[in-house]
Amino acid sequence: MSKVKSSTGQIRAESIFRRSLTGIGIAMVVLVFGLMVTLIIESVPSIKHLGIKYLWGRTWDPVNNVYGAFPFLLGTLLTSFLALIISIPFSFAIAVYLGEYNPKGWLSNFLKNTVELIAAVPSVIYGFWGLLVLVPLVRSMEMKFGILPYGIGIFTASLILAIMIIPYAASLGREMIRLVPSPLKEAAYSLGATRYEVIKNVVLPYTKSGLFAGILLSLGRALGETMAVTMVIGNTSMIPDSIFAPGNTMASVIANEFTEADHTIYLSALIELGLVLFVVTVIINMIGKRIIKRFTNE
Amino acid sequence: MHVNVKYRMGKSRAFQGLIFFFAFIITAPLILIIIYIFREGITKINWDFLTKIPKPVGEEGGGIVNALVGSVLIVMAASVIAIPVGVLCGIYLSENKTGRLSYWSRLSVDVLQGVPSIVIGIVVYFWAVKPIGTFSALSGSFALAIMMLPILIRSTEETLKLIPFSLKEAGLALGLPYHRVILKVVVPCGISGILSGVMLSIARIAGETAPLLFTAFGNPYMSTNLRKPMQSLPLMIFNYATSPYDEWHNMAWGAALILLFTVLLLNIITKLTTRRWNVQL
Repeated sequence: MSKVKSSTGQIRAESIFRRSLTGIGIAMVVLVFGLMVTLIIESVPSIKHLGIKYLWGRTWDPVNNVYGAFPFLLGTLLTSFLALIISIPFSFAIAVYLGEYNPKGWLSNFLKNTVELIAAVPSVIYGFWGLLVLVPLVRSMEMKFGILPYGIGIFTASLILAIMIIPYAASLGREMIRLVPSPLKEAAYSLGATRYEVIKNVVLPYTKSGLFAGILLSLGRALGETMAVTMVIGNTSMIPDSIFAPGNTMASVIANEFTEADHTIYLSALIELGLVLFVVTVIINMIGKRIIKRFTNE
Repeated sequence: MHVNVKYRMGKSRAFQGLIFFFAFIITAPLILIIIYIFREGITKINWDFLTKIPKPVGEEGGGIVNALVGSVLIVMAASVIAIPVGVLCGIYLSENKTGRLSYWSRLSVDVLQGVPSIVIGIVVYFWAVKPIGTFSALSGSFALAIMMLPILIRSTEETLKLIPFSLKEAGLALGLPYHRVILKVVVPCGISGILSGVMLSIARIAGETAPLLFTAFGNPYMSTNLRKPMQSLPLMIFNYATSPYDEWHNMAWGAALILLFTVLLLNIITKLTTRRWNVQL
């Protein structure tokens, strides 16, 4: 009798286990859905009050209850794309070096681990270092070129961001370059192509979409990065007139003003910025991941 | 192809040089940051620094014990919330490779991985701070737990996928119930891969600041009450680094050194102990 009993106990435990697994699966969907719904609900007052012209309003003046997100959209786009442009040569070089020139050995291991550690350093530390080391450096450079020597600003933020996003594009690019079938490359070598020609005419065309996806994913990182940017960008709500001027990004304005927002519309306008940030980064990430999936399945 | 061979070889050589240069110059910023923080930070760390709470501006001395204790407590609470959920979800996804629900959960994990940390901070503010009416360490842990989930789930799923199916079949053929096969056969086989995911996710959130700004908030005094605002290392570094006082900068350097080395150490240990698993995250 006792054996039968214990086996029904086991069966019950089994069904509880199965059900809790499914429950957790559902919980993940609910969690992400909840994130989105909360953002939408909380930004309703601002959407109602300010309408769609919120997005290209050029002044952000909480004291007079005027909210326009354009300076922050522009700041975010400028810093992210500038960072992307700065980072591409480096991440491409790392990907090619690790994927093609030197896939094995201690030197490539060293480089690979270093790049991974770059991704591991907390962003507040990048910000701190940038604020006390990079900012004076940029300032003295600006003095030499005769630009207003702020030191802080969009350019400095982009420099820090560039360092931070290099690992993402680099490690993905390396995986992609590894996937190039060696018969393709061998065929090109046997026709007398040099290494440069093989990379340019075989490896790059083959991995084009994968490398693009890596760049997209690092763009997604750059758009949402908060702390390092907040610390060096200068935090003004003016529209920046050059890349050396101080500015603000969507993430940095939220970080700075969220706890100070004292009335509903102000808070809600900030959350709407968060909503825009959420939607944009999710779309960019999804496209990037879709491309990678298609690439690796081929 | 009438260009002469020497020119083409030269071009190839030049390209190679360029690639090597750009690839290795990137180690410079990391080494510079480590050296700089080490040099600035090591002189500030002493016994008082580790055991006293901060003093008001203008007074000498003081330490960061409140931030150290706070960081440990917040990260521990986040792990307690996230690890069971993350590992179970990873098991679910590796067991259900197809199906509508598992498609949507997998998609959700993908989405969650890309959500900026500041956005998670905002949402948790509305879920766990506003209804209760006070900033709390627990809400900070909750936000960090959400950030841990994607890494935990991915590493568990990828590790369990590598476990041979025959192991599971053998267990089931012996008449073991499903949950025992999973928990006593499959999971122990992949435990080191799962642990590496746990370590990596802890390393990732230990330095997170943005989600804590509106949740744990920070606290200049010692506090071990999870339902009250609490200081943490990254928050303290942020507040002190952006302040105009030199003494506060000095304390931030010391704190940055401790944080940086903790995070790097966690990463290196993970890498050394789990090299054979080779799980892609």
